[in-house]
Amino acid sequence: MVMQMNATQPFVDQFDDVQSRLPGSKLPWLEAFRKAGIEKFSTIGVPTIKTEAWKYTRLPNIDCKEFRSANWENGQVAVNAVAEFLSDALNQIRLVYVNGIIRPDLSNLTNLPDGISFEPLTQALESDPEFIESQLCTEELKYDQGFSALNAAMMESGTIFRVAKGVQVKEPIEIVHMNGVADAPIIGHPHNVFVLEAGSQATLVMRHAGIGTSAYFNNAVTEIVVGDSAILKHYTLQTDCMEAIHLSTVNVRVGKDATYETFNFAIGGRLSRTETRVRLEGRGAHCNLSGAYMMRGREHCDNITIVDHLVPDTTAREVFKGVLDDEARGVFQGKLIVHKYAQRTNGHQLSRALLLSDRAEMDAKPELEIYADDVKCSHGATTGQIDENALFYLRSRGVPEALARNLLIQSFIAEALEEISDEKVREAIAGLVVHWLPADCFSVDEWVQA
Amino acid sequence: MLEIKNLHATVGGKEILKGINLTVNAGEVHAIMGPNGSGKSTLSYVISGKDGYEVTEGQILYNGIDLTEMEPEIRAAEGVFLAFQYPVEIPGVPNVTFLKEAVNAVRRHRGEDELDAMQFVKMIKAKTEELGIAKDMLKRAVNVGFSGGEKKRNEILQMAVLNPKLAVLDETDSGLDIDALKIVSDGVNQLRSDERAILVITHYQRLLDHIVPDFVHVLAHGKIQRSGGKELAFELEEKGYAEYGVAAE
Ligand SMILES: Nc1ncnc2c1ncn2[C@@H]1O[C@H](COP(=O)(O)OP(=O)(O)O)[C@@H](O)[C@H]1O
Ligand SMILES: [Mg+2]
Repeated sequence: MVMQMNATQPFVDQFDDVQSRLPGSKLPWLEAFRKAGIEKFSTIGVPTIKTEAWKYTRLPNIDCKEFRSANWENGQVAVNAVAEFLSDALNQIRLVYVNGIIRPDLSNLTNLPDGISFEPLTQALESDPEFIESQLCTEELKYDQGFSALNAAMMESGTIFRVAKGVQVKEPIEIVHMNGVADAPIIGHPHNVFVLEAGSQATLVMRHAGIGTSAYFNNAVTEIVVGDSAILKHYTLQTDCMEAIHLSTVNVRVGKDATYETFNFAIGGRLSRTETRVRLEGRGAHCNLSGAYMMRGREHCDNITIVDHLVPDTTAREVFKGVLDDEARGVFQGKLIVHKYAQRTNGHQLSRALLLSDRAEMDAKPELEIYADDVKCSHGATTGQIDENALFYLRSRGVPEALARNLLIQSFIAEALEEISDEKVREAIAGLVVHWLPADCFSVDEWVQA
Repeated sequence: MLEIKNLHATVGGKEILKGINLTVNAGEVHAIMGPNGSGKSTLSYVISGKDGYEVTEGQILYNGIDLTEMEPEIRAAEGVFLAFQYPVEIPGVPNVTFLKEAVNAVRRHRGEDELDAMQFVKMIKAKTEELGIAKDMLKRAVNVGFSGGEKKRNEILQMAVLNPKLAVLDETDSGLDIDALKIVSDGVNQLRSDERAILVITHYQRLLDHIVPDFVHVLAHGKIQRSGGKELAFELEEKGYAEYGVAAE
């Protein structure tokens, strides 16, 4: 308990210190919201391994006083080497943030279709504060996790994305976050709100890249509403650096006959943790929460999913695959909750990990909680090593060992990538997989085309 | 081409091969027959270099060079090919990708230009037609969900594209119906040439009706017990392996 107090208090102090410099400080409702957030955070505190959702993940010691946000330092933190990184980005509509600061010079909104609003939170607080208020301020602060509550208090960046009724956009829209090249460790609490109105469709790609080597702490909360018959494809590509702590909580509500598809791809990060909570609220609602991660060194990746099947005829599918080398650790905790009236629920959950080293470790806990009687649910978790017979088979055909290993790793991950319905994004991720692999390996082109 | 001298090998600390002597010249087809558990697959793995199969004594000379310390991929690139008794399934790797990487790895080793996608597809299409192999086998993941016959045909396809100098076929006939047996043996017969040596390992004489060997050897208790011409196969078919101290199956 004492430990927890010690870790919690500096964040509270930091809030007291910077609150007047946070965006929207003149909005009374936001001030109240932030207050509620910090109070909740002080009561809950930072998670420890006694917190169920943090059972296998120990939060590294963060001395938050060392961390700064450019958003409250009222200035730009030095950043170079950005253009180079962006050159391989999917060249399209995007907002680019560097160390949490929006960079209009790198963003591209020229082809934004009608019926879509896509802007930084800081800007939306000025242009449309009523909308933000309507999204944030429910009767009671809903956050019951320490870091989500802290985000409510500290939010200083983030993106607001709204798609009007019936508007359908095919091309992926991108949010790019670059972190790491800075004079001091960077802290950020982005708060995103994505609302797809009835019958709309969009694809959103969020890229988080660690450029450079300095530490950063990112504590994001994303609130998503997928309206009736709407489809949101939401992909996250995390290439965080070794010193990064990246926490993300995603809360999703899915309406009648609507689909929420998400894929979280993570390579790197001292701690990369994504908690996705989905409420299937309308008949025929469907979600696919899948992901892949590739970790080495002492990196740690944690995926948590909680799906509430609240009404009849909803479906959920989850496929997570991870590759862990050296002393890397992976965690998967997935829970499907089938509520009493949610008949004919169909739920499938799979976690598979490939350990490349005997010091690597995987903890998987798939869970079903079923209160209805007519349901189809399955879950499974496996952890294994490279198949030595397959390796020999490849080598006996002349394929050098390093290449053969890479091919087997690639094929292991490829199964998860099949969950991604957007071809462009799937290819982009296949490219990142190749990038992660050691030594020489197959080119992406060959892989994808086969 | 292949000269095995006093070969002893252990698997999991147990001696399985206990002094094999065998010479196979270019242009020849040799058959090795023997009861289950006599060490036939062990011999094929030792020749191709599988981990865990340890040579404790003797030599395997391939064109005068000892293979025993060589990595399996180098052996393959140098022209040694093993058609597996139990071909391995590799989920997620399309057969065509597998074949292309294998062919190009071998070409790189030999100092030849790699085949680009176009060239490769052209080559592989011609081969599948030549061998009477259905094209959809190329798209599917390596051996995953293949029938026993398809797996063996896939081995023959790999052999045909890799163009080995020494081919070892481990019970390629087991579990095949007559049609599949014909595809497989036609494939092997097409490869018969003065520059190539083929070692056919089998439990039954049946395959040897299709691939007629120049020499037949009986392997039992980790040793070649007897060698002879193709008539030895007929004798084994009739009498079984009883005279080698193996109970009839
Ligand atoms: N991995 C292994 N570990 C221990 N013993 C093995 C292993 N593989 C094969 N053996 C043993 O080696 C002997 C020969 O096996 P094998 O070469 O497969 O025979 P064949 O192919 O002639 O049927 C058998 O007694 C078998 O049990
Ligand atoms: Mg055998």
